[in-house]
Amino acid sequence: MSDSTQSRPTGDTFGFIRRNIREYGILFALIVIMIFFQIATGGILFRPVNLTNLFLQNSHIVIMAVGMLLVIVAGHIDLSVGSVAAFVGALAALMVVKMGLPIPLVVVLSLMAGAVIGGIQGYWIAYWKIPSFIVTLAGMLVFRGLTMWILQGQNIGPFPREFQMIASGFIPDLFGPDKPNTLSLILGWGAALAILWLAIRNRRRAEANGVADEPFAFFAAKNALIFLALVWMTWALANFRGLPNVFIVMAVLVALYAFVSERMTVGRRIYAIGGNSKAAKLSGINSERVVFLTFVNMGMLAALAGIVVAARLNSATPKAGVGFELDVIAAVFIGGASMAGGVGTVIGAVVGAFIMGVMNNGMSILGIGIDYQQVIKGLVLMAAVIFDVSNKSKS
Amino acid sequence: MDAILEMRGITKEFPGVKALNNVNMTVRRGEIRALVGENGAGKSTLMKVLSGVYPHGSYDGEILYNGKPVAFRGIPDSEELGIVIIHQELALVPQMTIAENIFLGNELATRGVIDWNETNRRTAELLAKVGLRESPQTKVGSLGMGKQQLVEIAKALSKKVDLLILDEPTSSLNEHDSDALLQLLASFRDQGMTAILISHKLNELSQVADSVTVLRDGATVAQHDGMLPEDQIIKEMVGRSMDDRYPPRDPQIGEVVMQVRDWTVEDPDRDGRLMVKNAKFDLHRGEVLGIAGLMGAGRTELAMSIFGRSVGKLRSGEVTINGSKVDVSTVPKAIKGGLAYVTEDRKSLGLVLIDTIRRNIPLAHLGGIAAKGVVDSQREAEIARDFRKRLNIRSSSIEQETLNLSGGNQQKVVLAKWLFTNPEILILDEPTRGIDVGAKYEIYTMIRDLAEQGKSIIVISSEMPELLGITDRILVMNEGRLVAELPTAEATQEKIMSIIIRSGHNLTDDQITPEQIEAETPHV
Repeated sequence: MSDSTQSRPTGDTFGFIRRNIREYGILFALIVIMIFFQIATGGILFRPVNLTNLFLQNSHIVIMAVGMLLVIVAGHIDLSVGSVAAFVGALAALMVVKMGLPIPLVVVLSLMAGAVIGGIQGYWIAYWKIPSFIVTLAGMLVFRGLTMWILQGQNIGPFPREFQMIASGFIPDLFGPDKPNTLSLILGWGAALAILWLAIRNRRRAEANGVADEPFAFFAAKNALIFLALVWMTWALANFRGLPNVFIVMAVLVALYAFVSERMTVGRRIYAIGGNSKAAKLSGINSERVVFLTFVNMGMLAALAGIVVAARLNSATPKAGVGFELDVIAAVFIGGASMAGGVGTVIGAVVGAFIMGVMNNGMSILGIGIDYQQVIKGLVLMAAVIFDVSNKSKS
Repeated sequence: MDAILEMRGITKEFPGVKALNNVNMTVRRGEIRALVGENGAGKSTLMKVLSGVYPHGSYDGEILYNGKPVAFRGIPDSEELGIVIIHQELALVPQMTIAENIFLGNELATRGVIDWNETNRRTAELLAKVGLRESPQTKVGSLGMGKQQLVEIAKALSKKVDLLILDEPTSSLNEHDSDALLQLLASFRDQGMTAILISHKLNELSQVADSVTVLRDGATVAQHDGMLPEDQIIKEMVGRSMDDRYPPRDPQIGEVVMQVRDWTVEDPDRDGRLMVKNAKFDLHRGEVLGIAGLMGAGRTELAMSIFGRSVGKLRSGEVTINGSKVDVSTVPKAIKGGLAYVTEDRKSLGLVLIDTIRRNIPLAHLGGIAAKGVVDSQREAEIARDFRKRLNIRSSSIEQETLNLSGGNQQKVVLAKWLFTNPEILILDEPTRGIDVGAKYEIYTMIRDLAEQGKSIIVISSEMPELLGITDRILVMNEGRLVAELPTAEATQEKIMSIIIRSGHNLTDDQITPEQIEAETPHV
């Protein structure tokens, strides 16, 4: 109602917090949870060996969460990712162990298989308008069954060393074997600097445009924190065994998908479809194709996760990936996405995945039983969503 | 004076906004009181205070009902005392029958077991009262808007109602249904019911209302015990006199830009039923062409089927733009052909409400803010700021969510979205529905300016004065057919209405030949 021609005042700290409470809240929650477990575990959480494990154990969730975020933002859901990951893992095991195909070829074929599976499901969802819940529920059953059938109820393994390296290898040091791992340091610190530089550049641009509404203290504190965390973490990991291979894969995927969702037109289209599919369609957006591609992408990422999991376990098993879909979906919702579509961020989903990961890891170190772990995780998911809803109804 | 309701010094604040500031309103027993004001003046907020949506304690001031102070904690409290509100958006479940809807939440049941015989009998009584000849078993979804509105009223009557509040009850009704509804309301008044009627349609208010309260910017401007002339009400509403409701124009009409021929569209849900029959018309450069007709005449279907076949199944027809046949079979192709369609339903078809102004504007032309698929956010912000200024979109900034804008400003965002595609032909479907007088004038001015720049514009509107005020030529549509065409200079409301009524005569058969249409078309 107010008739003002200038932009929001830049120093309105309170208003800014209220508008962005979700994004800060989730980051703050992650930090609180990390500090809590660091103290509760007597400092074990942040030990380099545990930090490395944390990444290795949660990489598949993060990999699928970035794809699931897009699916959920588009207003859909994919329940089949756990089964698809298991199925592709089994397929890969068959190709590597039984057929002896070269590993790069197997990786490419596996990703293609995932894309085709995603495409088949996406076709029914996008073009036939069958609810994604039903299509992917069917997919969940079908691909679990096919996994068992391929594996004949047995495990296939072990894998050759190169295949295992996908999940449990570390990047080599080009500058000699001494610690710290120099290449890891260069990559990690380089990335930290690049992120800082990008943040400063965007801030400058926003200021030039008069749309910088984040108070400077917030901006400085947040980025200093991220920068220091990355620098410290790189140092810790480099002094242990270096950066894990999957860490690089994960970091590249997160950066790529954050860019696609925030800066590319296809990302815009996905948000618009989830926000109001009819308006998007009348704006000339080919929503069928975009939804279809979102599922192709999800299938491919599920396949990648399947390869990573198989490589880490060093075998393909009929029970691989059971319940993954729930962890992934929970991560996305903890990260602030809305079931109704149109809302959520890639970074939020990744933070959500790490909240789940740190809790799993911390509670396991503390020796908390799997029964309590499930209860606590469920309550955290519920709390995050209640926080969202109450926040929304206040504004 | 016997006042059924007195609201005194009502003040309601939201974080950062004073929605109501010391508002007073008195309603006498047995009258129809009009409540008017521009969008955002606080009418709906005031009614929410009255009905208990905003509970006692969340506002300042007092409410006297039948002379006694009341403190409602919620809608059940106010309904118990006979205050019933019918909202602008109908709250009916389309999949349920009339009877089920009327007694929804208020079922005639003993220990949870519903007495269907009694329910149907009472429903039949209520339907007779509101003059709706339908079976209680009819599904609400199969009724037209006018009949649905009557079901809403029957539902209100099923409760004990002394004070009925209607919020824009005719906004989605055609004139015939509106008249019937207003007459019904008047007959209820004669039987002793009191009503508060909120409406933008001042001519309707002058028909039935006995008195009027005017709100502006959250404050009571005036309370009159009788009705005033329209001009005077408008003056009080906007706080300035509106001598001219339409901007002056000097049309420069050029050559034919678009030709539509033999356009026939079938209803995909009902086999064989035609939504548009053999439509044929031309559109010139710099021209504003109006399409008049009743609700459901097929005007929106005609427009949306031309715009990328967004509605119905095309049976035949072709579109020619600038002399060559154009493929408009999908929305992207229609946009490429130079068409833009501004929907009548901006909330569900026009905007991504949860997104900001900045993100909504480029949606129909993302290529315009991106290079190789990467959005240039600086350029995007510049464009949004530019449109915000040019169209006078009242908002805190381009980062405001469109959900929180008033109707007029939402409409401007939708317009901005389509102007950014730089169309040659703009189809505006009910461009001023539900928006206030001031914003209407701005939109009329925009339409005029666009025509002066050489764009061609089609305006579909149910408000005939508007068509008469801003167009050059008017097509009249009825039951899927374009039944007449006349220059605006020669048109009057009566003429258009009589064309519609005469054309509806004897022409209920879908299988009609072009010759018949020709023969039945009145030549004016």
